[in-house]
Amino acid sequence: MALTGLVLVLFVLGHMGGNLLIFAGQDAINAYAYQLHSLPAPVLWGIRAFLLVCVGLHIWMAVLLTLASRKARPEDYRQKATVQATYASRTMRMSGVILLSFIIFHIAHYTARIIPGKEYNTQLTEVPLVQGGETMLKQSGDPIMTFDVYTMMVAGFQVWWVSLFYIIAVGLLCLHLTHGVTSMFQTIGLRNKRWENRLNRLALAYGWIIFLGFAAIPTAVLIGILDAPALTASVAAEIPTQIATLEK
Amino acid sequence: MKLTLKVWRQKNAQTKGRLETYVLDSVSKDSSFLEMLDILNEQLIADGEVPIAFDHDCREGICGACSLTINGIPHGPDRATTACQLHMRRFKDGETITIEPWRAKPFPVIKDLVTDRSAFDDIMQAGGFITARTGSAIDANEIAIPKDDSDYAMDAAACIGCGACVAACKNASAMLFTSAKVAHLNSLPQGKPEKDRRVLAMVGAMDEAGFGSCTNYGECSAVCPKEISLDMIAQMNRDYLTAKVKTFFSQKSA
Ligand code: HEM
Ligand code: FES
Repeated sequence: MALTGLVLVLFVLGHMGGNLLIFAGQDAINAYAYQLHSLPAPVLWGIRAFLLVCVGLHIWMAVLLTLASRKARPEDYRQKATVQATYASRTMRMSGVILLSFIIFHIAHYTARIIPGKEYNTQLTEVPLVQGGETMLKQSGDPIMTFDVYTMMVAGFQVWWVSLFYIIAVGLLCLHLTHGVTSMFQTIGLRNKRWENRLNRLALAYGWIIFLGFAAIPTAVLIGILDAPALTASVAAEIPTQIATLEK
Repeated sequence: MKLTLKVWRQKNAQTKGRLETYVLDSVSKDSSFLEMLDILNEQLIADGEVPIAFDHDCREGICGACSLTINGIPHGPDRATTACQLHMRRFKDGETITIEPWRAKPFPVIKDLVTDRSAFDDIMQAGGFITARTGSAIDANEIAIPKDDSDYAMDAAACIGCGACVAACKNASAMLFTSAKVAHLNSLPQGKPEKDRRVLAMVGAMDEAGFGSCTNYGECSAVCPKEISLDMIAQMNRDYLTAKVKTFFSQKSA
């Protein structure tokens, strides 16, 4: 539980860092996505498989723990009370299950792009790859073309309920982490009285950083800070029809 | 003071139990919680009813026998206080108080509020000792133990084995009890040589008994009458991991 959790905790931080490149502009996030996608296939799929296995094990362990605990108290208290356990710790199972549904939606949405009406393939053209202000060229002299992740994210989050779902989900992720991160240290035995408060604060700060970092993107799109002004004319022409289909 | 008491009545482990309501008049606010139950039992006996069975022995907070869940909290509302040390002035006149037994599969109800806690004995028998014959007591400072270590071991040894940690845990986990016993011996020179074997055996016995698994709620330490710290659980986790890794790479079985 703690080890798979640690992998996910680190992944989420890296993932947030990468996503925040969207604020550095279309070229930056597109170049970043290009680099990720041009990793050798075994590496890319190795990482993906590893992450999925971690998610799977994490859930499997959670199920085992829950079942063991249910079995250990067949007759529950008629009058229940909580002395100090935090809201986050008492809702780990609930936040976890909702996060799972989010992860499934999220991968279908932006990685596999199979949500009906949100495939982002036909509507979005590829754009030239720009790194450090320079258009990267193939040997033939033509520009290297790359998938326009920037426009996909902006178009994705312009749909209000998609943004709302993302913001709620990362809010739950924040909750999950405020207990999870400190719990992780306890489980591997790296916690004591002196460190307890510091670790609790670390977990709280970590959860909030993750929340603010991830929620910034859909929020910025919704209030118009992030727009797609650099769209090529052809894509710009398609956007209204795309949005129209999205809203249907 | 006047009280309405909802008390768990259960004939034995086989039968189903239920909450029974009793009204008690003119209880002195200076009586202890157990004295209040004694008064109720006198009244029940006078009425020709079966008195309520509840565990108690020292009534001074050191034996670990008393085991009442009062309004959902093991040992009641006072911090670091056993049920026998709780007094009625802690409650309001006219209050309704719910009294239930410890609830966990490994602690089956024997009768009413009395549970069988021998699962804790099983955990102790698995490793809560040192195997060397110690003979008669040696000179106090024959083995030099740093003050910090002896203080820490003493904090762990303060556990009276009442089981409130299990009763309070939303997972019915016995981690706090087991870790206190492990930490006590594992941090002293007499116990150190058998550190690995002890932690593996005691955790094994704990799992075997059917306790739930810890998810670090911290309710155990919050209700513990001896305020055993969550540090003990962290240490047991650390010792357990170390022992697992060591035995994995070692020829000898632990
Ligand atoms: C607002 C928040 C988020 C945004 C904007 C976002 C954005 C993205 C994007 C654009 C991709 C696709 C990358 C590609 O082209 O392959 C992706 C993949 C992924 N995201 Fe997120 N993400 C967010 C939050 C999360 C969270 C909270 C988690 C999980 C805890 C998560 C887990 C994943 C996973 C597992 C993948 C698949 C990685 C792979 O390709 O194997 N994401 N995300
Ligand atoms: S009766 Fe001994 S601790 Fe309460």
